[in-house]
Amino acid sequence: MIDLMLLVTIFFAIAMIGAALVAIRVKQISIAMLAAGLVSLLASVMFLFFAAPDVAMTEAAIGSGLTTFLFFFVLGRVRGDQRD
Amino acid sequence: MIKRFIVLLFLLGLGLVFAGLLSGYSADNELNLTGRYYAEHTAQDIGAANIVTAIIVTYRGLDTLGEVTVLFLTATIVAVLLGRGVAQKGKSLQRDLPKSGELLTTGSFLLVPLILLLGAYVFINGHLTPGGGFQGGAIVASAILLMLLTDPLRHFSHRLISIIESISGLFFLGIGVLGIFLAGGFLDNRIFPIGEFGSLFSAGAIPVIYSLIGLKVGAEFSSMLVNFSETEGS
Repeated sequence: MIDLMLLVTIFFAIAMIGAALVAIRVKQISIAMLAAGLVSLLASVMFLFFAAPDVAMTEAAIGSGLTTFLFFFVLGRVRGDQRD
Repeated sequence: MIKRFIVLLFLLGLGLVFAGLLSGYSADNELNLTGRYYAEHTAQDIGAANIVTAIIVTYRGLDTLGEVTVLFLTATIVAVLLGRGVAQKGKSLQRDLPKSGELLTTGSFLLVPLILLLGAYVFINGHLTPGGGFQGGAIVASAILLMLLTDPLRHFSHRLISIIESISGLFFLGIGVLGIFLAGGFLDNRIFPIGEFGSLFSAGAIPVIYSLIGLKVGAEFSSMLVNFSETEGS
């Protein structure tokens, strides 16, 4: 049981590091934003595994939802202004 | 080259700090003193099924007031910084934006009411289920954000948002002060009857306080988003 928990934790940790590296390295901004949102989403799933649903909800709502949307919103704004 | 070396050195130092923390870590088999007090006394003293909410709203209510204040300050600063360019431009800058897609428009008609309902559910049931004012407020604000994505020129009433925000803040403080006179101290939840454990109208003032916090947080996030959206071209 504990071993399964450890495996899941390690899997999510590796996935988070991978997504974070993608967010830093990738050239297209939109993919980087999605990857940054993925880091938050994986973190919130991990909080859920550690029996902290309150923290998981905050992370999912703010870190993964609101922030990602806000990035896209601002990106659209910046591009819209460049076209003028 | 030297810059890269300094970054590497910094990362190494950070890794050492974390390694030190990890090597000194041992999992607790039982709750520590504070945790045990909360776990044993929440049900009869506060009456909230969700211990986290009982801690956030009642035991550590003052900290929550501080958090709400920080968020309020942030929203105010955003409004001050971004609001300047809006007044003189007014309606003159209504340029043609590309249409948001049919999928987004139709989807938002379905999703916005559902997301608003979910947000309200989360903060009203904060004392029973995981979540609460902050999470619910963020969910409400994401519904507003979806509306803004669908129609960037949609006008939201700043006045309404600030009225909701101020009134919920005032009532939050008012309930806190009432606690001094009617119950054990500032932000004590026992100014209302505690009620039956686990039902919607229980845990005294916690559902009221958390709904007010939810409205306040939602209004603050929304005002930030609306300010962002209205500063085009500045």
